[in-house]
Amino acid sequence: MAGKSEALQDLSVAYVMQPVAAADWLIVAPVIWCILIGAVLLMLRKRTDLQPLIAIPALALLVLMTLGLLVHVFQSGTLSMTMGRWLPPFGISFTVDLLGAFFAATSALVALGAGIYGRSDVDDTGRRYGFYPFLMLIMAGILGAFLTGDIFNLYVWFEVLLISSFGLLVLGSEKKQLDGAVKYAFLNLIATTLFLVATGYLYGLFGTLNMADIAIKASELRGTAPLMTLVTLYLLAFAMKAAAFPVNFWLPASYHTPRLVVSALFAGLLTKVGIYALLRILGMLFPFEREELSFLIAIAAALTMILGVMGALAQNDIRRSLGFLVISGIGVMMAGLALGSPAGLSGAILYAAHSMVVMTALYFAAGVAARLGGSFELTSAGGLYTKNAAIAAMTLMLFLSVAGLPPFSGFWPKIMLVKASLDIGAWWLAGAILVTGLLTTITVGRIWALAYWRPAPAGDPDAAALSPLPVGATMALAGLVAITVAAGVWPEPVMALAQDAARGLLDPSAYVLSVFPVEASQ
Amino acid sequence: MRTVIFRSIAPYLTSLMVLFSIFVLLRGHNEPGGGFIGGLIAASALAIYGIACGVAPVRRAIYFHPMAIAAFGLFMSAMAGVLSIFAGVPYMSGLWIYPHLFGVEIPLSSVLVFDVGVYLVVVGAISSIALALEERDRD
Repeated sequence: MAGKSEALQDLSVAYVMQPVAAADWLIVAPVIWCILIGAVLLMLRKRTDLQPLIAIPALALLVLMTLGLLVHVFQSGTLSMTMGRWLPPFGISFTVDLLGAFFAATSALVALGAGIYGRSDVDDTGRRYGFYPFLMLIMAGILGAFLTGDIFNLYVWFEVLLISSFGLLVLGSEKKQLDGAVKYAFLNLIATTLFLVATGYLYGLFGTLNMADIAIKASELRGTAPLMTLVTLYLLAFAMKAAAFPVNFWLPASYHTPRLVVSALFAGLLTKVGIYALLRILGMLFPFEREELSFLIAIAAALTMILGVMGALAQNDIRRSLGFLVISGIGVMMAGLALGSPAGLSGAILYAAHSMVVMTALYFAAGVAARLGGSFELTSAGGLYTKNAAIAAMTLMLFLSVAGLPPFSGFWPKIMLVKASLDIGAWWLAGAILVTGLLTTITVGRIWALAYWRPAPAGDPDAAALSPLPVGATMALAGLVAITVAAGVWPEPVMALAQDAARGLLDPSAYVLSVFPVEASQ
Repeated sequence: MRTVIFRSIAPYLTSLMVLFSIFVLLRGHNEPGGGFIGGLIAASALAIYGIACGVAPVRRAIYFHPMAIAAFGLFMSAMAGVLSIFAGVPYMSGLWIYPHLFGVEIPLSSVLVFDVGVYLVVVGAISSIALALEERDRD
């Protein structure tokens, strides 16, 4: 009897909640902010002149919020808030560890760049179709996915970002855009359905959707429940989202059709959400199953890298070429996931953050180049260096960064990954990363030689006849270039951050503790 | 569809359905109903009015663009959760006040604000689609 009353006492303790500190609101603030501003912009849909004036300061504030969240998480460890005073695992938790906060801050920076660049790239028609509201709502989806601690809620944020991305893809409803959007929508809906099926299956096995709760229960269920099937389903669903070989064909089919700033945003952020989900679910929740699948993931990673960059080499349209480079980068991140060691995972995390910034900046550079030279086609481009040497220099930095050459941000994560592969004797994976680097250098070298270095073809309008470059577009490009240079020259802070984030994935006890403080203290 | 019977009955039917949708919205907290189903009823009321009397009178009658109504609903729902910040409780906690109006206790809550927001989102979104489809039909 005494034992029973003791149990009752414990339960009552569990129901006493600490008041929420104001700083903890940073956990949900980025998502709420995006939704609120998105709603306001939608109400002002016809005021196309006002929209960027509201959206750009709002995105700047979003950057501050996510940076504040990153600092807060860095100082006080993983944070958690469970909605509506329901207790976890019943309420929906937002749980932010370093990985989520790091990705959130990087993606907010990229979104600010897109907001500024979009001011000159998206005309009044595009704004009336709702570029800025969709931009805010897609950010709500992306940030929600990075910050949530509930697997079904993750699915919901995937839906939010998917629906906003449909809107952004067909901005202006041109025929070519609708064609790209149909392929994109169909294949992404299949991936989302697989995700939902897997989540239903997971709920049937675990009886919970809270990630911290799943992390606790996974070790008990490992002997009896068919977890391999579950994890393989998740791997397929998220690999499709991330555009890994052999389910990557939707990306080259659609990424060159929308407006340039939309392509840039998608290339920077959307596939990385798939990578984030893979890291979170395979890396943190099911490490044993990931270990079993690691050879398969490694082969897929190597093929994604090599075939992606070969596709990039074969293209004539710069945008298509960049789309294939996005895929190739996904292969590099998958290699880190396949390795699963602290060095491998931190390499994948750092490469993902690098890729968010650099891929977006590369699309911006292609847009600026098309504005200067009048075309995305390599065959008809030329002489960009003489037209604007500063833009050409920034583009060269981005090219070297995406190829993984020092002293830019792409260099360090590749070093980490090559070293991590050699440590476990996976020489072929290290070789694939290095060969990809070489082929990427050739690809971007070809673009550089043809579009920038070659003299302008005859009959080309000279620089004076062209309209001047918009200041905002140049600033957005320069800002992102500055980030990749800074992260390349001074890599220690970001590397330390990525390593801490990887440690948090491999040992989820801090994550669990932040959601279930009472249970863990017993 | 523009028969005399339908055209003369549509305004009454519409006002009745809008009234009923608000009733369904308000009883939704403790009984079957709520913002989503109420919004669907209101949107179908507007659709009926549009079929009977044309889309232009409907757009005039609701004054705001349906999309703006949906956006306001979204704003309202999100703000309903933000109220929790003043009470020091997590986002989206249900907060209640019990004012007495003419001797009757009226329970009001942030949940109701959220539900009204959902109602507006559904009315705005669905009627936006329905009115666009009806307009296309006329060409």
